[in-house]
Amino acid sequence: MNFRFFMSEAIRTLRRNSAPSFAALMTVMITTIVLGVFIPVTDATTGAANEIRGRLLVDVYLKDDATQAELTALRRKLEQNPDVKTVEYISKDEAKASLKGALKDAAETLGKENPLPASYRVTPRDPAEVGKIVDALESIENGKTTYVSPAIDDVKNREDETDKILSITGGVKYAMWGLAILLVLTSTLLVGNTIRLSIYARRREVEVMRMVGATAWFIRWPFVIEGVFVGAAGGVIAILLLLIAKQTIVDPLSESFALFAAPETIGFLPLAILLLVSAMGISAAGSGFTLRRFLKL
Amino acid sequence: MHASSAEHLSEYGSAVVEFDDVTKVYDDGTVGLENATTNIRRGEFVFLVGPTGCGKSTFIRVLMKEFEATRGHIFIAGRDITRLKPDRVPFLRRNIGAVFQDFKLLPNRTVYDNVAYSLLVTGASRSEIREKVPHILRLVGLSTKLHNYPDQLSGGEQQRVSVARAFVNHPPLLICDEPTGNLDPETSLGIMQLIYRINRTGTTVIVATHDQGMVDRMRRRVIELRDGHIVRDEQAAGYTSEFSAVDAQ
Repeated sequence: MNFRFFMSEAIRTLRRNSAPSFAALMTVMITTIVLGVFIPVTDATTGAANEIRGRLLVDVYLKDDATQAELTALRRKLEQNPDVKTVEYISKDEAKASLKGALKDAAETLGKENPLPASYRVTPRDPAEVGKIVDALESIENGKTTYVSPAIDDVKNREDETDKILSITGGVKYAMWGLAILLVLTSTLLVGNTIRLSIYARRREVEVMRMVGATAWFIRWPFVIEGVFVGAAGGVIAILLLLIAKQTIVDPLSESFALFAAPETIGFLPLAILLLVSAMGISAAGSGFTLRRFLKL
Repeated sequence: MHASSAEHLSEYGSAVVEFDDVTKVYDDGTVGLENATTNIRRGEFVFLVGPTGCGKSTFIRVLMKEFEATRGHIFIAGRDITRLKPDRVPFLRRNIGAVFQDFKLLPNRTVYDNVAYSLLVTGASRSEIREKVPHILRLVGLSTKLHNYPDQLSGGEQQRVSVARAFVNHPPLLICDEPTGNLDPETSLGIMQLIYRINRTGTTVIVATHDQGMVDRMRRRVIELRDGHIVRDEQAAGYTSEFSAVDAQ
């Protein structure tokens, strides 16, 4: 079809009918800004939650008198467990060294002695499966705990903390996703509604076009192109404002707050592209779909 | 096609519009048209008269396929438009020029662009548009107002644009719904003369109107509707005296 004609039609309406288009542009701009703030926040929050979950480990403390054969057998057993991601051996010396790092004074009182046991540090594949790994290592009968290997002295996973961390981080993640979905839905409806109003104002024009024998797509294309223009303009303005806000407010703060420095946070360029594409897409699709009502015969 | 249309064909020449027992009942139960059967031949000039709500608009709107007839068949140039698929409707409308009481011009376009639009929808080339639009606007007497917007024109001028738009494609059928309803008598006469000239080029014309004086003056075929029924359908001869009844409405 005649692309140049549709293009000039779209530009004509933007020029001659600018008030509703401006309203649509503002709506697109505001929702894009809200999304532009919310997406990195969600990203950083779930990133932080994941990071906390990543700290969930199972420590398998080993008896000092365990034989090398027992240790090897235990290690193989752990590594064969499908829930286990990695197994790291921490020797008595390493344990003392890390204590020194954390609590200098306490380590100094020990002098040359080393009461700390060697251990296997087990990282689970999924933090939620920590309990299963522990269950595989021990069995409790009549309040007495027996371990699968004679080399094991104790198994610790800081159970209370684990449950708390799992439920809180899980809650935060679901809440963020719920909010994100709600927000995207709201923005889509809001933009759709504004476009609906701007098209409603021109429904008589559409009626006339139908009357002289214009096909549905002949009428629709200029509206869709106009939607792309409005979406692009609103998106670009929003992205520029976000960029200014990022450089003047967020970047200086990120040096003092861990949240902003979360390494998983989406980069500004992919975020900008995502926002621009969705602004244009929603705006164009909104125009196209809304028009359907007025194109009925 | 059915038997009666074949009869008409032999009797009067080809029928451009044919209503075969057409009934239109609206969703709220109002009857717009009931068992309407009539024939309009190529080149005819037909007035559609009757009081408000008598079914004139329904007659025109089912003909333009703005909505479906509830029962019966409507043929345009022998084709049953009640069986037309929705995506073919625009192509039907390109063959019907339409003029309305409220002009229905596109407010954001100049006179030139309004007329050009109905050529554009058919996929006409630029050169075709550049040739045809000024020509038709000269014909309706608006060659000096090419670049004015509709709100800068008088009612009569707007209706001339609307007639130009309806006729620029040279459709075989021109439908006018109260074309002079918003105009003063003198302007009305000019518009009717314009429509008459279009009729003389061989275009079939249907005019729905309240303007009794105009109907009397033009002396053409008259179809009168009342409560959705065709109550009278006759040629010019001998009708004049009967119009006192309609005047009293």
